[in-house]
Amino acid sequence: MIGAMLGEAWLAMGTNRLRTFLTMLGMMIGVGAVILILAIGKGAQFMVDQSIAAMGSNLFIVMSGSTTSGGLRMGLGATPTLTIADAQAISELPGIVAVAPNAPGTAQLVYGSNNWSTQVMGTTPSFLEVRDWQLSAGYPFSDSDVRSATRVALLGQTVVKNLFGDEDPVGKTIRIKNNPYHVVGVLAPKGQSLDGRDQDDTVVVPVTTAQRKLFGSQFQGTVRLIMVQASSPQAMPAAERSITELLRQRHRLQEKAESDFMVRNLTALANTAAETARVMSFMLGAIASISLLVGGIGIMNIMLVSVTERTREIGIRLAIGARQRDILLQFLLESIMISIAGCVVGVALGIGGALLMNRLADMAVLITLSSVLLAFMVATAVGVFFGFYPARKAARMEPIEALRYQ
Amino acid sequence: MDKEPIIQTIGLGKDYLTAAGPVPALQEISLSIYPGEFVAIMGPSGSGKSTFMNLLGCLDIPSAGEYYLNGTSVRTLDRNQLARLRNDAIGFVFQGFNLLPRINLLANVALPLIYAGVGKAEREERAQQMLDKVGLGKYGLSLPGRISGGQQQRVAIARALVNRPRLILADEPTGNLDTRTSQEIMNLFTQMNREQGITVILVTHEPDIAAYAMRLVRFVDGHLAYDGAVGNDTQGARP
Repeated sequence: MIGAMLGEAWLAMGTNRLRTFLTMLGMMIGVGAVILILAIGKGAQFMVDQSIAAMGSNLFIVMSGSTTSGGLRMGLGATPTLTIADAQAISELPGIVAVAPNAPGTAQLVYGSNNWSTQVMGTTPSFLEVRDWQLSAGYPFSDSDVRSATRVALLGQTVVKNLFGDEDPVGKTIRIKNNPYHVVGVLAPKGQSLDGRDQDDTVVVPVTTAQRKLFGSQFQGTVRLIMVQASSPQAMPAAERSITELLRQRHRLQEKAESDFMVRNLTALANTAAETARVMSFMLGAIASISLLVGGIGIMNIMLVSVTERTREIGIRLAIGARQRDILLQFLLESIMISIAGCVVGVALGIGGALLMNRLADMAVLITLSSVLLAFMVATAVGVFFGFYPARKAARMEPIEALRYQ
Repeated sequence: MDKEPIIQTIGLGKDYLTAAGPVPALQEISLSIYPGEFVAIMGPSGSGKSTFMNLLGCLDIPSAGEYYLNGTSVRTLDRNQLARLRNDAIGFVFQGFNLLPRINLLANVALPLIYAGVGKAEREERAQQMLDKVGLGKYGLSLPGRISGGQQQRVAIARALVNRPRLILADEPTGNLDTRTSQEIMNLFTQMNREQGITVILVTHEPDIAAYAMRLVRFVDGHLAYDGAVGNDTQGARP
């Protein structure tokens, strides 16, 4: 019975093709917009999530802070106040998983006839752990390399591309500031950071090497910042307090004195960014949903016209034994079919639009099965909701009046 | 006749509500029709004959009196039960054929079976049989608009018969047809009445169509004016 009714609904849709198409247009645009916006929103969220994962989770950055000398206040990191010993002390606090001191600087690299200027980062092996950074080739340097300040380096992908091209860099020797460094490993690609920097354009060396042999004059036994990884998101507030307390103690700061360092919760920042992306896509989705509503009203409008036009047909059906619910079901199926057909085209339009956005505007898009399923569920609901009133109107007709209708 | 009547009306009346108050279209109609009868209903326009047919077909609700169909008082039935009754006890044939224009002849004939809950295979088989019976077996896949009026009426008769009703109600079935086609249609009615014992009630204003029936009922101004054999109607001679 349902099968026969579906066939008739299909025929009814085919009878007035232009009208059916125009009715579907509302659904197409609405569903297309929802799919497109969900794709862009999810794409943005995916990017943010990836950036968070690339940054490492539960992460603090302790920056060496401003100091005041003769009434002149210096910017953050201007005065190196943090030491490797500070990092060591932090790593012994409860709730801390890993600590990586960081002494960055810029240097010119040379290999053969190629040269490249990039950021050189002095740190410890735990840096890779904190940043959740894998090696794609070779091995990381060890704690004994840090102790003896050996000239070893890990290269980022961008650096490898610029210095070595297709050559395998592991085991080769490059020159940094004219001193030879042994390349022990290559960092796995990490992509852009949240602020758009190329994270692969970097060289990692032991922190002691950076301090003593590369940027000696800049960092006399000090580091620019210390990366700290807490054991869990829940442990972060307590860890932040204890780091502050510990460092103030170690730096012998008076009760009222300003801290000469700063603790930043990076995960919280990233989460804010993720939350912003989520709220944005939700709001845009809500706006797109309004066009679905308008599409639904269009369906109701046309179904009401259709019911009136087909009054005589309804009369004939009632005369030969259709019950109220048969008529109701028939018209309801018709509006659901229009709605779902519009949805199918809309999903195709939305996916096409998303891919086009990706291709032309280089925008991250992510089409998930759940958003497509959601679109279908909403379309069906719209069909039922806006089709019900016209269908009920059809079903409630009196047989004799419907038959007499010209 | 000692059989139970298939149709029995007692004091049946129908008023139409107008701005000026209720206007009686039919008053105090009491008659019985027995299984296997072939009854022609005649009368001038506005005499109430179509109203009477609509009441018999459970398409309209009487204002007064009782109507028993197969011994059941129709007044006690709800909308769905009436629909059921129209579906399996009654076959309708209309003056305007009333086929659904969008679906083919086979689907038109099969339509009552959809509402009767018959499966697809059986629906198609029975509809094809009925089309064969009215001589249009080859045109099953045509649309109603592609065939002549006479052929459309034969399809309508096939549709009326497909769910094997005991009663056919035909409201001026030859009103839109020429004389020769009318004869063919009337032969179909006669045939089903004689061979299958189906009760046929038809409204007409043409005496030569009424002549196919065995019994004549005449309405004048909403009243029953004559009920008897076809040949004895004294008023029938006058237009």
